[in-house]
Amino acid sequence: MSPAVLRAERLSFGHRGRALGEPVDLDVKAGEVLCLLGPNGCGKTTLFRTLLGLIPALGGRVTIADQTLQAGQRHNLARQIAYVPQAHAGVFAYAVQDVVLMGRASQIGAFAMPSRGDRDIANEALQRLGIAQLRERAYTEISGGERQLVMIARALAQQTPLIVMDEPTASLDFGNHRVVLREIEVLKARGISVLLSTHQPEHALRIADRVALMRRGSLLALGETRRVMTAGALADLYGLDAEEIARSLPLAAPLSV
Amino acid sequence: MAVPEALTHSPLAQRRVRPAAWVLGLVLLLAVTLVAFAVGQFEIGPADLLASLLARLTGALSPLSASAEAVIWNVRGPRVLAAALVGAALSAAGAAFQAMFRNPLVSPDILGVSAGCGLGASMAILLGLPLVMVSGMAFGGGLLAVVVVTLVAQRVGEQDPVLVLVLAGVAVGALLGAGISLVKLLADPSVQLPSITFWLLGGLNAVTLEDLRFALPALALGSAVLFLWRWRINLLSLPDDEAAALGVRVTRLRTSVVAAVTLMTAAAVSLSGIVGWVGLVVPHVARLLVGPEFSRLLPMAMLLGAAFLVLADTLARTVAAIELPLSVLTAGVGAPFFLWLLGRRRRLE
Repeated sequence: MSPAVLRAERLSFGHRGRALGEPVDLDVKAGEVLCLLGPNGCGKTTLFRTLLGLIPALGGRVTIADQTLQAGQRHNLARQIAYVPQAHAGVFAYAVQDVVLMGRASQIGAFAMPSRGDRDIANEALQRLGIAQLRERAYTEISGGERQLVMIARALAQQTPLIVMDEPTASLDFGNHRVVLREIEVLKARGISVLLSTHQPEHALRIADRVALMRRGSLLALGETRRVMTAGALADLYGLDAEEIARSLPLAAPLSV
Repeated sequence: MAVPEALTHSPLAQRRVRPAAWVLGLVLLLAVTLVAFAVGQFEIGPADLLASLLARLTGALSPLSASAEAVIWNVRGPRVLAAALVGAALSAAGAAFQAMFRNPLVSPDILGVSAGCGLGASMAILLGLPLVMVSGMAFGGGLLAVVVVTLVAQRVGEQDPVLVLVLAGVAVGALLGAGISLVKLLADPSVQLPSITFWLLGGLNAVTLEDLRFALPALALGSAVLFLWRWRINLLSLPDDEAAALGVRVTRLRTSVVAAVTLMTAAAVSLSGIVGWVGLVVPHVARLLVGPEFSRLLPMAMLLGAAFLVLADTLARTVAAIELPLSVLTAGVGAPFFLWLLGRRRRLE
């Protein structure tokens, strides 16, 4: 079994000292795609922010690359784990390539400028996502979908063994869904782990090695995609009718109503 | 808040015309400096200026009269230099704060530094202290105000540190403003009140080389810090979460930017009194020319800010029979220009 790049043990998370649900045990293995599914407001983003050390854990611990997460080690953390937030417009009209270049921050000295090598890495990331032509465009003037791709390019430029993506396809059109899903598959082929949340079960079916189901801050299930994503479990998760789910999704497991 | 497109969309910011923007900025600064020396009661043409400069550099005897020499080196020189330094400092400070607060409407005095300077200076005038102490108390007052604001903001909480900082700044600024009003009320209306009013509107008529010597270390230190962080400050314009996930120690960076900006602004204001609009408008113009990337924005903002304030100060001492306050001119020139910038987009279409 491959080692874990990220492990959460008895992790309790929430806001203002109040835990959202039961403590969570979760690990992301090297080179796997782990997909987190759950209804709106179930705490997916809060869990991600806690895993990234952006908000303090209320209990338990997070281990990244065999080191316990500690505040004040941002520099080292950013070399292990990259974050793709849901894209926002931003205030200033930075050129797209300057936005992607910011992904190199953890590799650039505090008082230094990005090097030629950093620029090459940023440009390569743009090319991989097929948006090299946006290089000189203002980030504020491109479409929401293009912004999301730029955010992914920035995470690629960060060159980490693990990338956490918060609903990376939420603002994308159908064509760009495919671009993102394909890129996640390529990342996996290169041995990079991806932890993502999505509202689209069919995306999980297509790319995830394992799936975690989450409701009201607690994990209901965590395991191999085909085994966890049964019509019954999804019906339970989203409060829907199991037969309808079975009809609309190519689920392998038999109906377990 | 998103910047209106008219303030961001600029073909000038494209890479291929960027060198032209730098040439433009340098030529502008040189031109206004020559004009500043040339106009006034005593005209110093570019040729005279060059001759005097060469004489100083080579140690030779100047071909100019003693009074011309005095005007260049003791009167107009310090004044032009002070204008350039104050303009550059306020513009750099404004550019840094606009990036840090992710808001194009922020000026360097958002955290109450100018109000603190104002209260310090007006109290010094009320107490009849010498001019050096007016500058000193202005400087101290400005620093103190921002220290109080930062401490209050830290106490209040960390949910949205940037917002808390702004709100604390606004509140403390209002308190200090009330203090200034009180001092004005208590001041002797024939002597003290006019000088307080003049100080609060800014002016460089009393600047000496000695003042410059006091202000220079703080200006240099503040600029040096901003220069060192010139690339990293870009990341402060992202939401805190994102900057942190990219490896930035956000609180540390923000604190040092606040310290640098406060130091520079307090030093500039203690030289010139309160000069409005420069720190707000000049960064916008600089951004139009070279884009928001801070390592390019910082030097361009400083260049344009220096040129703008040298021009404003030259106008201040020449357009009317009496010396006009600087803020009257910076607002009088800056505000219409800002409105023109806003309206520019529609005319382009």
